[in-house]
Amino acid sequence: MATLSRDEVAHVAHLARLGLSEAELSRLEGQLNHILEQYAKLAELDTEAIAPTAQTIELENILRDDVATPSLPVEEALANAPERRGDFIVVPAIMSGE
Amino acid sequence: MTDSTRLSAHEVAAHFRTGDLSSRDATTAAIEAAERGNRALNAWLSIDRERALAEADAADARLRAAHASGAAAVGALHPLLGVPVALKDLVSIKGGQCTAGSRILEGYRAPYDAHVTERLRAVGAVIVGKTNMDEFAMGSSTEHSAFGPTANPWDLERVPGGSSGGSAAAVAAYHVPLAIGTDTGGSIRQPAALTGIVGMKPTYGRVSRYGIVAFASSLDQIGPFARDAQDAAALLHAVAGRDERDSTSAPVPVPDGLLHLTASDDEAAAGLRGKRLGLPKEYFVAGMEPGTEARVRAAVGALEAAGAIVEEVSLPHTDYGLAAYYIVAPAEASANLARYDGIRYGPAARDGDILANYLATRGAGFGDEVKRRIMLGTYALSAGYYDAFYVKAQKVRTLIKGDFDAVWAAGFDAIVAPTSPGVAFRFGAKMDDPVAMYLNDACTLPVNMAGLPGVSIPCGLADGLPVGLQFIGAPWTELGLLELARGYEALTEDAEWRALEPTDLALSLDPAVPTPVERTAVAGTRA
Repeated sequence: MATLSRDEVAHVAHLARLGLSEAELSRLEGQLNHILEQYAKLAELDTEAIAPTAQTIELENILRDDVATPSLPVEEALANAPERRGDFIVVPAIMSGE
Repeated sequence: MTDSTRLSAHEVAAHFRTGDLSSRDATTAAIEAAERGNRALNAWLSIDRERALAEADAADARLRAAHASGAAAVGALHPLLGVPVALKDLVSIKGGQCTAGSRILEGYRAPYDAHVTERLRAVGAVIVGKTNMDEFAMGSSTEHSAFGPTANPWDLERVPGGSSGGSAAAVAAYHVPLAIGTDTGGSIRQPAALTGIVGMKPTYGRVSRYGIVAFASSLDQIGPFARDAQDAAALLHAVAGRDERDSTSAPVPVPDGLLHLTASDDEAAAGLRGKRLGLPKEYFVAGMEPGTEARVRAAVGALEAAGAIVEEVSLPHTDYGLAAYYIVAPAEASANLARYDGIRYGPAARDGDILANYLATRGAGFGDEVKRRIMLGTYALSAGYYDAFYVKAQKVRTLIKGDFDAVWAAGFDAIVAPTSPGVAFRFGAKMDDPVAMYLNDACTLPVNMAGLPGVSIPCGLADGLPVGLQFIGAPWTELGLLELARGYEALTEDAEWRALEPTDLALSLDPAVPTPVERTAVAGTRA
């Protein structure tokens, strides 16, 4: 089974949007590879003809009437925002220019 | 009137009905016990005295009104009316904290009540406060809480299990008779086992998860902690049932029998006669502690002596459960935890552009175990590995579920098994070895993978520490499992170990005793 290089650990951390220190990356490289070794056990099983299980209770699609119902008021929805202006949450610009 | 904190919920309810105890008195006693014991145990992250006493007064008003209208009105009262209960700190209470044991939710205030909170309010239960937990429910020891570990009242140098360790410790230490936890791979049953109480993980879909902080959405389920089966059943009844705000909550009727588990020991024990119980040979795993195995086998012997028919069964894919679980759960967690971005709520680190903000916020806000699982899950879902890991694990999940289905098809009423391979371990013993920590869940996580109900009940002590016995059933058989649990309680009513209180309970009230944070700092186990 695959092993993770230090660069790959750093790449996965980037994909996960986790800012990790050099010490954390080093520790994770060892720990993740140790865990991946445990995953190798699954290769013992022939699952070619087995369907995957995503959930267990076999509910059909749950539908409701398409009607508007009261939802969280703006004031309450924004109450936890670290930074807001009026009815908006403030974030750094994600596009350059005007 | 004896100390009300020593009573079960149904005993408290009986005193309310005879009028010699008020909810205000029971709630005050619970708060005082929680506050006195919390230095040594760190079981609670918040206690809301003002709100709890207001709820207690409202319950007392309902009790008084019922008394004024006569015996029928008193008899119709809900058994949890006025009874103190704790919530794991991932259940939303409008306006209250909800940290999920994480720095990344520090300061966050829940904008609405969880379904569980609403249901407890509706029956008049009194919410005393919020309990400690492994960060985002990831862990088996409560050592992964950002707010310090919780200690086990049986031995203050040991963990209470996890992730719902605070709820388990609060019930075991006689702060409250009832608590709510969540169980994704054993997080209710394993801490119940390690603290000597009852804990149930209901069928996937039994309890609405609206307003609960999500970990792994195809596995998470909410359930009760209590000191006996009757109380666990009553708490489950209060919170179970369909809720349209959680589309995975199932439209399956909740049996009223949960409110009426028999109080008669003779009747409960007689109910065991003729029950067919499967004993899975694979659950006596390599590395299982001999004392734990001996207690579990003795309990199975007692069930057999009481007329249950016990036969060995095989769940051949058990050994693959751990690896499959540690793909599925981290994969789902990595998706669920993507929402913690420091934009809409929670602490935000400002470090330049938006990408730098994400990296800084999440790097600082999540603890080691959560980072580890996000990394595992992100990797397992990434391009090129999705089929090899995630799809493979889902296929193995089918095989694990099939193992259980074969047992039910063969006519068994339930499976009886150990809950955990060992008793409570010392702080730090498994913190540096994630794989050793994950092995704690070997006997519980297949039940989550298959979506089944399971309950852990105390079955004695090994080396002076509690051992848990687990009953596992087909979907929607919680009532049957709790009747088995009640039957076993009846068989062991007079057992010497039942009369014992947690060894370090008195010590936990000593204001000079070190806190769990101090203990683990001395042991040098904190990263």
